[in-house]
Amino acid sequence: MATARSSFESSLEDVGVSVTSVETASFREQLDETVTPPAVGVPLEEAFDEPSLSLADTSVTGDPTPATLREATTGVTGAQLGIGDYGSLALTPTDRASELVSLFVDRHVAVLRESDIVPDMDTAIETVHDEIDRTGHSVILATGPSATADMGALVTGAHGPRDVHVLIVDGE
Amino acid sequence: MATANELRELMRTEGAAVETNTQAFNEGRYESVSDLEEYEELKREARATKEDAIERLPELLDQLTETVEENGGTVYLADDAADANAYIRSVADERDAERVVKSKSMTSEELDVNEALAADGVDVVETDLGEWVLQIADEAPSHIVAPAIHKSRDAIADLFNERFDPETPLETAQELTHFARETLGERILDAEVGLTGANFIAAETGTMALVTSEGNARKTVAATDTHIAVAGVEKIVPTVADFHPFIELIGRSGTGQDITSYVSLLTPPLETPVVDFSDDTTPISAFDADREFHLVLVDNGRLAMREDDQLRETLYCIRCSACSNSCANFQSVGGHAFGGETYSGGIATGWEAGIEGLDVAGEFNDLCTGCTRCVNACPVGIDIPWINTVVRDRRNREREEPAEWLVDGLTPDEEDEGAPLQKRFFGNFETVAKLGSATAPLSNWFADADLSRRLMARLLDIDPRRELPTFERETLVEWFADRESTVSDPERRAVLYPDLYTNHVQVDRGKAAVEVLEALGVDVVVPPVPSSGRAPLSQGMVSTATDHATRVAETLNPHIEAGRDIVVIEPSDYAMFQREYEKFLDEATFTELADGSYEVLEYVYGLLENGADTSALPDVDAEVAYHSHCQQRTLGLEPYTVAVLEDRGYDVSTSDVECCGMAGSFGYKSDYYELSMDVGERLREQLQDDGVRGRPVVASGTSCLEQIDALLERQPRHPVELLVE
Ligand code: SF4
Repeated sequence: MATARSSFESSLEDVGVSVTSVETASFREQLDETVTPPAVGVPLEEAFDEPSLSLADTSVTGDPTPATLREATTGVTGAQLGIGDYGSLALTPTDRASELVSLFVDRHVAVLRESDIVPDMDTAIETVHDEIDRTGHSVILATGPSATADMGALVTGAHGPRDVHVLIVDGE
Repeated sequence: MATANELRELMRTEGAAVETNTQAFNEGRYESVSDLEEYEELKREARATKEDAIERLPELLDQLTETVEENGGTVYLADDAADANAYIRSVADERDAERVVKSKSMTSEELDVNEALAADGVDVVETDLGEWVLQIADEAPSHIVAPAIHKSRDAIADLFNERFDPETPLETAQELTHFARETLGERILDAEVGLTGANFIAAETGTMALVTSEGNARKTVAATDTHIAVAGVEKIVPTVADFHPFIELIGRSGTGQDITSYVSLLTPPLETPVVDFSDDTTPISAFDADREFHLVLVDNGRLAMREDDQLRETLYCIRCSACSNSCANFQSVGGHAFGGETYSGGIATGWEAGIEGLDVAGEFNDLCTGCTRCVNACPVGIDIPWINTVVRDRRNREREEPAEWLVDGLTPDEEDEGAPLQKRFFGNFETVAKLGSATAPLSNWFADADLSRRLMARLLDIDPRRELPTFERETLVEWFADRESTVSDPERRAVLYPDLYTNHVQVDRGKAAVEVLEALGVDVVVPPVPSSGRAPLSQGMVSTATDHATRVAETLNPHIEAGRDIVVIEPSDYAMFQREYEKFLDEATFTELADGSYEVLEYVYGLLENGADTSALPDVDAEVAYHSHCQQRTLGLEPYTVAVLEDRGYDVSTSDVECCGMAGSFGYKSDYYELSMDVGERLREQLQDDGVRGRPVVASGTSCLEQIDALLERQPRHPVELLVE
């Protein structure tokens, strides 16, 4: 696991994504430090089935109104996988609108459990295949901030976030 | 066909931007794939997946239709563009759509769906920034991945400032991007329908992969309630697991990114709630995900391509753009010249032939010179030059040209009657060369005479600015017949293949090769052998080339069976033996010749590795500049020449341009002379660089030698000539 994690972190650095790690116990304080307000988020307890990963008592507004989302600078969602060799995140669009929260903001903070880091794309696609086959869901493989070179030079922050941060929740 | 004037104009107006961008992509590709350990393995996997999927297409189509409908979507199989557009218009109409937002999709370009929707009064907005620029400028894409590659930042800034008149004029890429994001962001939120393409679709689950960087495809789908995806039927693969090799290869092969920012694996309809973005009282999760999904699968000639043994490979194409970026001609002129109605670059010939017809493909397919630099770059291993050759051949057969007695005399070719005069002249260069040597020096004088040059210019479109090859009176075969072998106790025995140019024009390099091989203890013979068929093949004269292949194998294979190695000087002929002959000969004959033949410096390398006595070769301490040959590099042979020269004490600096621009007869043709020189300019710059400028130049290919001769004061030589004193 250690190698998958370290390769994930160095891949994140290569694609311009910052990363911090946190113990479950200090999750909320860390989250507050990570977001740039105003921040909105998708409740994480359900996604991770882990009550301590809650947005309650943080500066992040869980389940915001669409208008609040549009005003927000930061969007907090869970990520289902971290992919070691590419620094990619697997994001599952849910009925709690995680797709909107991760996309219609300037800064996306993705919360990822350490145990969900896989070594490579090969493994990730296998997992994603099983998941889609089972649930009929969709998955976004997101690597780095949105970007374009269409205006004559590479610019980060095209239609999507210009800044991505991963908060890794340390495992047992 | 683009005329010399049109090409010149394109090179002047768009050439610089196209060159900078395609070269950056191409270099990015080399870098990115070199980091990928399983690169070749992934390419094989990708190829196998596509072969299997196209083979099983009818079955996968049924499966996909069933799955999508089970998921709650609709599938429409459109016969052609009009059919697809009629369906898309009906969906927009039923939704009462005032606006359709689009993410980038080449298939939608193929349909001209924007025009169809606009005719109904629907506001169609391209949200990919490059596509949006073109929509504002009312221009066509010049590249299949980066559509506005021909526009510089300044040109985009001028366009935006003129059209939108912002308070402070826009200038930097950052400002332009920000402006586009804000403007388009608003329009996306107001739209009812989102129209996307699909890079791959899994039949098992109905999941589509959308490969993008900007995030506009995600927004296009998430912010609208009706999603229409348009895709060619060839995009279907069995399962999501089959996406794997493509996900790793597509970005690397195209723009040189390891992976693009977003690979959306969507199984519509999405769970994402459809929200009213102005609502500030209802929490987002309280909105319903009331979504509609329509998958429009487009045939438009594809199912017929599937039945066509030569064009079928085109359907494996994943539209990565590697064959555009790695193409020297494309780097100079871009997709506005090297492209048809929709697609551009080397593979466009296959797409346009299958979708639009041979006429459209024939408009630009002469720009493929068959250099093969795209072949190893293609992630699904399509033989792109072969598709171009096939289409050229079909075009030749389609048209009737009146016979001209003079040229007929020079080009007696019964089989390829249809090819135009110029193509038949170059295609039958063997006859020309034989006549040239037999009548030298008269033929050389004739070739240079003003009147005959004018005749050539008029009848054959040979550019008067090109120097013509000078034929030697004594051919290599004749020279060799008069001499005794110098090797009494040979280490190995070989046939030196007297390719057309070595035999008639560059006889010195042939003599040098004989001397070097003998110095290394090889017993050499130089029998008369037919020419390889490279010349007719490059003109699309496939049956003539096949005839050459048969006769060459009939002559050479008995030598192989008698224990001789076949050594070839001219890389383009050697490449025939290794690659194209596979299509012309039965497998056993092909394999025997391919396995039994060696490029000359590869052969020397082998002799040195096996401990040949090198005392008769020169030892030097000198510098040299080496330009390998395009086809030679595709076959991975460049390192042998470099290693041999280094072994002899040379410090070798190598060029890394994809092609010299000459490419056989291409650079002789009036229409292409200037393009050929534009491509050559990149090689000239490298050979004139600091630290290279003073070095003598060697090059492996005949064309390259001629081109370098035209580009530089320094007279280039073949590397084998450095090995004799
Ligand atoms: S033919 Fe090959 S290299 Fe060219 S665009 Fe298609 S997949 Fe890419």
